[in-house]
Amino acid sequence: MILTRRLLPPVQFLLTVALTFLGLLAITFVIGRVVPIDPVIAVVGDRASKETYEATRLAMGLDDPLIVQFARYVGAVVQGDLGNSISTGRAVVDDLARVFPATLEMATIGILIGVVLGVPMGVWAAARQGSWLDQVIRVVGLAGYAIPAFWLGLVGLVLFYAKLRWVGGPGRIDLFLDGIVPVRTGLLLVDSLLAGDLDSFRSALSHIVLPASILGFFSLAYIARMTRSFMLEQLGQEFITTARVKGAPERVILWRHGFRPIRVQLLTVIGLSYAGLLEGSVMIETVFSWPGIGNYLTTALLNADMNAVLGATLVVGAVFVGINKGSDALYRLLDPRARA
Amino acid sequence: MSLLSVENLRVAFPSDHGPVEVVKGLSFDLGRERLGIVGESGSGKSMTGRAVMGLIGKPARVTADRLEFEGQDLRALSERQFRRLRGARMSMVLQDPKFSLNPVIRIGEQIAEALEFHTGLTARQRRVKVLEALEAVRIDDPERVARLFPHEVSGGMGQRVMIAMMVVMEPALMIADEPTSALDVSVRGQVLDIMDDLVRRRGMGLMLISHDLNMVARWCDRILVMYQGRIVEELGAGQLGAAQHPYTRGLLASVPRIDEDRDRLPVLDRAALGACQ
Amino acid sequence: MITRDWLLSDDPETRLQARLGQAYRLARALARNPLAMVGLVVIVALLVMAALAPWIAPYSPLEGMLSNRLQPPSALHWMGTDELGRDIFSRVVHGSRITLMIVILVAVIAAPLGLIVGTVAGYYGGWVDKALMGVTDVFLSLPRLILALAFVAALGPGIENAVIAIAITAWPVYARIARAETLTFRHSEFIAAVRMQGASGLRVIGLHVIPLCMSSTIVRVTLDMAGIILTAAGLGFLGLGAQPPLPEWGAMISKGRAFILDQWWVATMPGFAIVVVSLGFCLFGDGLRDVLDPKQRTKG
Repeated sequence: MILTRRLLPPVQFLLTVALTFLGLLAITFVIGRVVPIDPVIAVVGDRASKETYEATRLAMGLDDPLIVQFARYVGAVVQGDLGNSISTGRAVVDDLARVFPATLEMATIGILIGVVLGVPMGVWAAARQGSWLDQVIRVVGLAGYAIPAFWLGLVGLVLFYAKLRWVGGPGRIDLFLDGIVPVRTGLLLVDSLLAGDLDSFRSALSHIVLPASILGFFSLAYIARMTRSFMLEQLGQEFITTARVKGAPERVILWRHGFRPIRVQLLTVIGLSYAGLLEGSVMIETVFSWPGIGNYLTTALLNADMNAVLGATLVVGAVFVGINKGSDALYRLLDPRARA
Repeated sequence: MSLLSVENLRVAFPSDHGPVEVVKGLSFDLGRERLGIVGESGSGKSMTGRAVMGLIGKPARVTADRLEFEGQDLRALSERQFRRLRGARMSMVLQDPKFSLNPVIRIGEQIAEALEFHTGLTARQRRVKVLEALEAVRIDDPERVARLFPHEVSGGMGQRVMIAMMVVMEPALMIADEPTSALDVSVRGQVLDIMDDLVRRRGMGLMLISHDLNMVARWCDRILVMYQGRIVEELGAGQLGAAQHPYTRGLLASVPRIDEDRDRLPVLDRAALGACQ
Repeated sequence: MITRDWLLSDDPETRLQARLGQAYRLARALARNPLAMVGLVVIVALLVMAALAPWIAPYSPLEGMLSNRLQPPSALHWMGTDELGRDIFSRVVHGSRITLMIVILVAVIAAPLGLIVGTVAGYYGGWVDKALMGVTDVFLSLPRLILALAFVAALGPGIENAVIAIAITAWPVYARIARAETLTFRHSEFIAAVRMQGASGLRVIGLHVIPLCMSSTIVRVTLDMAGIILTAAGLGFLGLGAQPPLPEWGAMISKGRAFILDQWWVATMPGFAIVVVSLGFCLFGDGLRDVLDPKQRTKG
């Protein structure tokens, strides 16, 4: 009995995770079916005879029931087979493995900016509700909802690259330094440091600062807003009165009594924001010609390269779901209230 | 010398139609005794307790002609000076331990906090004091309870933890705001017993705020009856029967008794009460 | 006749009076929030601009003079001209029609869909609830923009497909809200009373449950407008939404990108329009939430 009660929640949790992944696969599968391009013609060309067409169609399993085709699709994906890209001619999996680190590097710096600035801003705004700081954070938060990322990227390029020359332009690194640093982790900042190549490191840094800051701005806006509202909820609780009754100084009330109960909740928000940045990088990468997964996806979209589109969607979706559910699981593990 | 001396205390909140007073000119003195404040919800009794503790902030306004605690004028204190009193010289037990204890901090740490703010004790010395305080509220295995989170103990136990937290600095005044109304009936007496014992043994002043007239009469030396922000009657504990004010009499009449044969309990006639205001 | 006292009466005599009174109270509360009023002004301005576009715009949105191309902002061309010599201000004004059409269409498709799914799930409970909410949760836990991109990729670029793709990714939120709301009064007495009169489940949902979920859905839709506008503009920017020569703001930014370093106004001006309109919906939605849904005031 005790065993089942302790085992049941994690099992249920894993089941929902599995179902979500299956749902994601079902959606990409359906999208792949809806495409107006006939997959058979894509293989045999439109001049093939009727017999060749039918034979190929049969060989591709397109006459099987949908559920069988779906099962075959899931099987292939699980084995890491996402098909070949018609524009690069390589396996989509290999393409994605090559471009993913660039996105990861940018989103990670973005989320660091968002957390380091956003959390204290949110806490202070809640502590001084109605003050000018609170107003500033409110405006920043709204701006995060109202400004298109791609437009902010363009404006940033004009201002900080073209006019002020403070940062590097589009791309990950200056052209004359491109390809010099040997790829180890795929993260250019790390690789250049590992190689001891400070020129490359400086160049890579000057290129990543702007796009990562723009991503960071959006995550900051979201994190600060959520932190503020979580904190306000806590500061209205009775145990805050208890702390004041005990003579707690302001700093202790804010950070120990107000902030500690929301730490785990915030972790979920940060996870969500991180996942959102991986998604948001689609736009930013297009603007900054950043050779990451977003750029790969949009290029594939314009070339109607469906295998690449679906593969990239699947990977971004899986990472998104993974981070979401992961932070959810962390929440259950870390919060003493949820453990009970 | 009285511990706490209050004259013409007023608490007002702003509203669309101008300020609304919830405490309208309260005056009383408290020595090292047990004073009960009784009234229905909205009568201003909780606000009185919180005003004395200096817990009422913006947008409310607290004024008084006199507000003295141990000879100090509370009105003149800065927030920092007030903080030095709170938890050390005066403390307050809140209603429901489910909400008044921080859910993610271990009980021991929460009790140790007052010591941390007000003394220079080392962590080890604080720990000893914490265990003593838990023992003082009759918790048998303080070591274990100190390590628990609040949601892991029962309501009665939680309220005893709350009391331990509030007496660990041995304050001179303790305010208890409905300390038992969130608890099971079966443990109410026990919690009040523990509180009463501590208050008496340490010679503290107690302000017991409650809506329960009979309970207050049993545990207090003196009773103030509040109605709509004013004190309408002051009674010695044994003199409930001598109550004059129609509100008090109405309250007494609406309490059921075991040995009675009334078909229907009377309700307060508020129209009549309004008339005698 | 209709006086302030009549509207604010505590015991209205007719349903009409009660409803009008309620609306008057809401309007008054909303009017006291200056930021919400700013939002309302922006939305009204957008509506007026869309309705009167041909009269407001000084030039044609589609035809320009090549001799006049890439002119900086001036008294003649407030926002300058683009690479084909078209007046950017006129294009922005006409673009408001497209933006408005997109948000309205998405709202009209996604909100009722979400409402129906959510109320049916909440009202019937059991396996119906489990199945519907399972699907909803799968959609909710997937990245919206990427999903919309993939749908457009499959359906083909174009404004109608962009609308469909955005709507497909927008409805789950409303389903969640409607279900939560339905659960709060599913077992209440007035629902039981209607049922005892013999009303069918669908009738109860249609006439009694959905109307009660309306206010929170409206608040949510208003708050989502900004996101819808941004997604639509993003699709336009990637060349997957409205196609040239339509003056859609995102597509205009995309075109202006080529000249961004020297003729900054081409890409920048439509962006200001997006920011102002999104901000307007955000502010108004925030205010509306405070008035209609005070429980949610401190959240999000």
